[in-house]
Amino acid sequence: MSKIIIETRNLVKTYKVGDMEVNALKGINLKIFEGEFVAIMGASGSGKSTFMNVIGCLDQPTTGDYFLDNVLTSKLDKNQYAEIRNQKIGFVFQGFNLLSRTTALENVELPLMYDRHHRIKDPKKKAVEVLERVGLGDRMDHVPNQLSGGQQQRVAIARALVNEPSLILADEPTGNLDSKTSVEVFGLFQQLNKEGITIVLVTHERDYANFSKRIVELRDGKIIRDKEIEKPLTATEELEKLKTAEVNQEIS
Amino acid sequence: MKFKSIITAAIKSILKSRMRSLLTALGIIIGVAAVIVMVSIGEGAQKQVQEQIASLGSNLIIIYPGASNSGGVSRGAGSINRFTMDDVNRIKDEATFIKYISPIVRAGGQVIGGVGNWNTSTQGVSPEYLDIRAWKLSSGEFFTDKDVISRSKVCVLGSEVKKNLFPNDDPIGSLVRIRNVPFKVIGVLEEKGQSAMGVNNDDLILAPWSSVLDRLSGGRYINFIQASATSLAQMPQAQAELTKIMREAHKIQSPEDDDFTIRNQADLADAATATTKVLTLLLGSVAGVSLIVGGIGIMNIMLVSVTERTREIGIRLSIGARATDILVQFLTEAIMLSLSGGLIGIFLAFGMGYILNNYTSQPAVIQPAIIFISFAFSGAVGVFFGFYPARKAANLNPIDALRYE
Ligand SMILES: Nc1ncnc2c1ncn2[C@@H]1O[C@H](COP(=O)(O)OP(=O)(O)OP(=O)(O)O)[C@@H](O)[C@H]1O
Ligand SMILES: [Mg+2]
Repeated sequence: MSKIIIETRNLVKTYKVGDMEVNALKGINLKIFEGEFVAIMGASGSGKSTFMNVIGCLDQPTTGDYFLDNVLTSKLDKNQYAEIRNQKIGFVFQGFNLLSRTTALENVELPLMYDRHHRIKDPKKKAVEVLERVGLGDRMDHVPNQLSGGQQQRVAIARALVNEPSLILADEPTGNLDSKTSVEVFGLFQQLNKEGITIVLVTHERDYANFSKRIVELRDGKIIRDKEIEKPLTATEELEKLKTAEVNQEIS
Repeated sequence: MKFKSIITAAIKSILKSRMRSLLTALGIIIGVAAVIVMVSIGEGAQKQVQEQIASLGSNLIIIYPGASNSGGVSRGAGSINRFTMDDVNRIKDEATFIKYISPIVRAGGQVIGGVGNWNTSTQGVSPEYLDIRAWKLSSGEFFTDKDVISRSKVCVLGSEVKKNLFPNDDPIGSLVRIRNVPFKVIGVLEEKGQSAMGVNNDDLILAPWSSVLDRLSGGRYINFIQASATSLAQMPQAQAELTKIMREAHKIQSPEDDDFTIRNQADLADAATATTKVLTLLLGSVAGVSLIVGGIGIMNIMLVSVTERTREIGIRLSIGARATDILVQFLTEAIMLSLSGGLIGIFLAFGMGYILNNYTSQPAVIQPAIIFISFAFSGAVGVFFGFYPARKAANLNPIDALRYE
């Protein structure tokens, strides 16, 4: 198979709250290969977000090793972490985490401002491109509180895409979207995956998890199931079904 | 980030929260304007005093009756505490470092003449008095030794007296009645303006000392003596000589028994400048306090906005900003905010200085140093209070910054 992009060895994350210790991750061993589309599932509080934050280089594990592209991340300094977040990873948050009072376009452009290599020559053009790709070509000058939740999340996805990352991490990206929009978003992820981008996302809904190629289930900070999906659903097909259902409803 | 995008990002961020920016800048604007205006008022007062003292006349020495430590131990009864013409004549005869000398005999009272009457002070002096004070006549002439000997009833009017008694006419040759004694006006003094000690040198009448003694004050005592030294360099010798002559004249054995006080222009200048320096310091520190209060205001606003900004920092960190990117951004914002605030404050101060200088009698002298100091201080205040919270946030884990409440 192709090369490993994410590898965790005995990953542990412990939060200290006063005298109490919360073991959010209790030794996670996981390998994710380039080009995979992984859905992380699990009950609330099982450690999904914690895991995503660690593999997204937003947070550090308490113990254990995390290799990203075969590089041991604990050996890196803060600036290298920042560079990884900027160049390799596009992160979509559970909340949208957009800058308030800042237009969609400026929000999407932001990662390019911090790109020291200036890989993308025309940041504005690129930002417009990705916004159009997520279907917000007509909302570029809107600020977050002038956008619906779904639109805000799509701005966040556009922002994650703008730096052309090889890995997209999404923590419940469709939590705030209606079913049709959610399927559309998954379609987008599937398309990106087809283009070679590795995708790891968290979802609560098994229906949506079936759009992925592999489901990893967490419980109490441990992996309890890890299985490949033989025949993932295709979002475009599902969208067609939804449409016909709608049409049928209207007819009857 | 490139320099240009850093600047535009800072401007955008400042404009994004106009109210907060305005409030932050307001503290700086008021603080800077207050410090500059206050200190400039002090400087203005100082300059005014110095100019007035310089206008007192060159090499001026004043001899007052009475001990110098007037507030302290009182002199023994019976000691001579007034001067007569004997003192003046003795100095004239013996002193070698004194160029001009004049007694001053004061007589207040009503003056009638011209269009009405006027209450002013009449001073009996010698013809040399004009040279001692370096005063000039605007018309007519000054009296001479002959007038002194003959006790002529002639006088020279100060410009203010002329204005009040002869607003439209030339007073030369007219008669004025000083306490009912007619004096002929032979000259008018040039206008000089308010003096340092608050004496109006334009509101007076000069007449031969002998005439004033004879007709107005009715006695033989003179109020004090003014003299000028042969040169500025010889002031110390002149003063020492005067002290010696006066002690001999008054038969004084030890310095503690001195019944006279000798002052020179430098003493007066020192005393007056010292007072205004204290004033400047006082005004400056009051204004400095306001700048500090402004600084605390800035800190308040910065702290209030820290939650919002910590989340913003978290977002920026999460998409790949380095801690230094964040610091540069915040530093730029803080500097631009305090620079514009400081600049507006300086303009405001210049505006207020203009009003003071043109519409009030209180001059303001704006020194470059104080502009620089207050500007720099305000900048430092803005930078410190803006930068410090940002630095704290920039060093957080992105996820901790995002979670910050
Ligand atoms: N900053 C923190 N400090 C202390 N405890 C935390 C912190 N973040 C998470 N936890 C704890 O760690 C555990 C895992 O939290 P996590 O957010 O990873 O769960 P999750 O699987 O993402 O849940 P959800 O589906 O509700 O988002 C929880 O018990 C939570 O209370
Ligand atoms: Mg979560």
